[in-house]
Amino acid sequence: MTAAPLLDRPAGAGGLTQQQKRLIRRHALLYLKYFLLTVLAILFLFPIVWSLLNSLKKPSEALAVPPTYLPTEIVFENYTQLTAFGNYGVIGHVENSAIVALITVVGSLVLSTLGGYGFARFNFPGKNALFIMVLSTLMIPFQSILIPLFVMLVRFELNDTLLGLALVYITFQLPFGIFLMRNSFLAVPREIEEAALLDGCSSLSLLYRMMLRLVLPGIVTVAIYAFINSWNEFLAALIFMSDQDKFTLPVFLTLVRSGIYGTVDWGALQAGVVVAIFPCLLLFLLLQRYYINGLIGGAVNN
Amino acid sequence: MLFVTVFFIIPLAMTLFMSFHDWPLIGEQSWIGATNYTELASDRQYLKSLDFTFRYTILVTPPIFILGFILASLVRHNIRFIGVFRTVFFLPVVIGLGVSSLLWVWMLDQRVGIFNKILLDLHWIAKPQLFLAKPATAMNVIILSVVWKTVGFTMILLLAGLQSIPDELYESADVDGAGYFRKLFYITLPLMRRTIALALILSVIGSVLAFDQFYIITRGGPRNSTISIVYWIFNNSFTYWKMGYGAAMSIVLLGILVALSSIQYYLLRERY
Repeated sequence: MTAAPLLDRPAGAGGLTQQQKRLIRRHALLYLKYFLLTVLAILFLFPIVWSLLNSLKKPSEALAVPPTYLPTEIVFENYTQLTAFGNYGVIGHVENSAIVALITVVGSLVLSTLGGYGFARFNFPGKNALFIMVLSTLMIPFQSILIPLFVMLVRFELNDTLLGLALVYITFQLPFGIFLMRNSFLAVPREIEEAALLDGCSSLSLLYRMMLRLVLPGIVTVAIYAFINSWNEFLAALIFMSDQDKFTLPVFLTLVRSGIYGTVDWGALQAGVVVAIFPCLLLFLLLQRYYINGLIGGAVNN
Repeated sequence: MLFVTVFFIIPLAMTLFMSFHDWPLIGEQSWIGATNYTELASDRQYLKSLDFTFRYTILVTPPIFILGFILASLVRHNIRFIGVFRTVFFLPVVIGLGVSSLLWVWMLDQRVGIFNKILLDLHWIAKPQLFLAKPATAMNVIILSVVWKTVGFTMILLLAGLQSIPDELYESADVDGAGYFRKLFYITLPLMRRTIALALILSVIGSVLAFDQFYIITRGGPRNSTISIVYWIFNNSFTYWKMGYGAAMSIVLLGILVALSSIQYYLLRERY
């Protein structure tokens, strides 16, 4: 007589063994889980996918009442029309947003890197107190200091300029950026620096040459956050800009929505929304890891 | 460092300073003592907006948390394709609240919106609805849009918390024959107390500061029923240009937030 393998042991009277039952149950649960996940994923993706598809419809179809689910014909006409709306086209406001985002990214990177390096490597009196001060500003919501910021920008004649708006954004990126860069620099062993110093590098060229490469993940994270936050910000952009030509994309689209140019132009609104969403999605999909790391690092220390 | 001082400390002091003044955009500002604050107490719309903001916070926080927890539990283990699902649930987070609000305005529109189309095709409604015309439905669709946009953030926080619980605990519970809910209430939830507190507080603070969705989706309506605190500060300061009055309201808002942060600090203490 040969012993049957444990799993295939014949059960009495056509029933299944305990183990087989458990296995079936586990598989059923797994399928149920995938089913739930798929349904939820479809619901979550629906608004994004629908708006993307809609922007590829013919302009007349995009405005159909009632709307159609899928485009009958795929055209890019809505995008070629981006230049033709408002005072100088939706595209002009995309440019405004892009300029503000670019200044914010560069400014936050330079200042966070320098600040983070300072906090990580140099000792100076009051360093800890200063660092705690930087961190505690994370707790002050910018909504509560908008009024004086506005008064200050007016006084420096920076209100209604894209640079002024970018400066405000840089400020709100800095506490997080400095904190993140400090941690990145602290993670680099001091020995590497000392070795380079012996080879005759000065402190600043040292920072340039090798440290930057070592803290690249931190830099990428700061840059993504600076971009996404400044590209998406609404309230400050609404308050600090009064010249309609200088409105960033979200503020401009809100204007379109309220029908200030006559009736609500859904074509311009739809194309604008898609253009506003797209860079963030792309950036996130490409650099997900850095974004999530920044989120968890930032939140846990909050 | 100078930057931080200039843009945070000075404005903070200035907010306080301005809150004791009559401060119009053009013309002389004058010291009026605590008048702005006493005026606040009799400002019906201000009290209404406080009440509205708290009601909104209480309504929006549970769905975000519960759905966030369900999503985190579903994507917890590294089964095949799970990364795709995590990404999909997180995607709306990187879209700006302002832009996502515009997207929802469009989807909810009575003429070109897809929502009415779907509900009509499903025969759930007989004719296109004006979702934003009634206070109750307006609130519900705003909550729906905010849950969609922010739940991924809560999911990631809770996921990090879930993954820090050692598997051995569940294995020994299995040996003891504990069911799903016993494990949930005796292992998962107690060990995640700090993460849960963090997720809740961040979502509460976000809701107290809500502005974009009310400005864009409902424009404060119907009949001024969806004006949040920040919205009312915005109106007073930058529409009526009563900046001293707005500053006084900002100080009250700041007080509320400091109180919330203290609760957070208290809950996150090392005691657990």
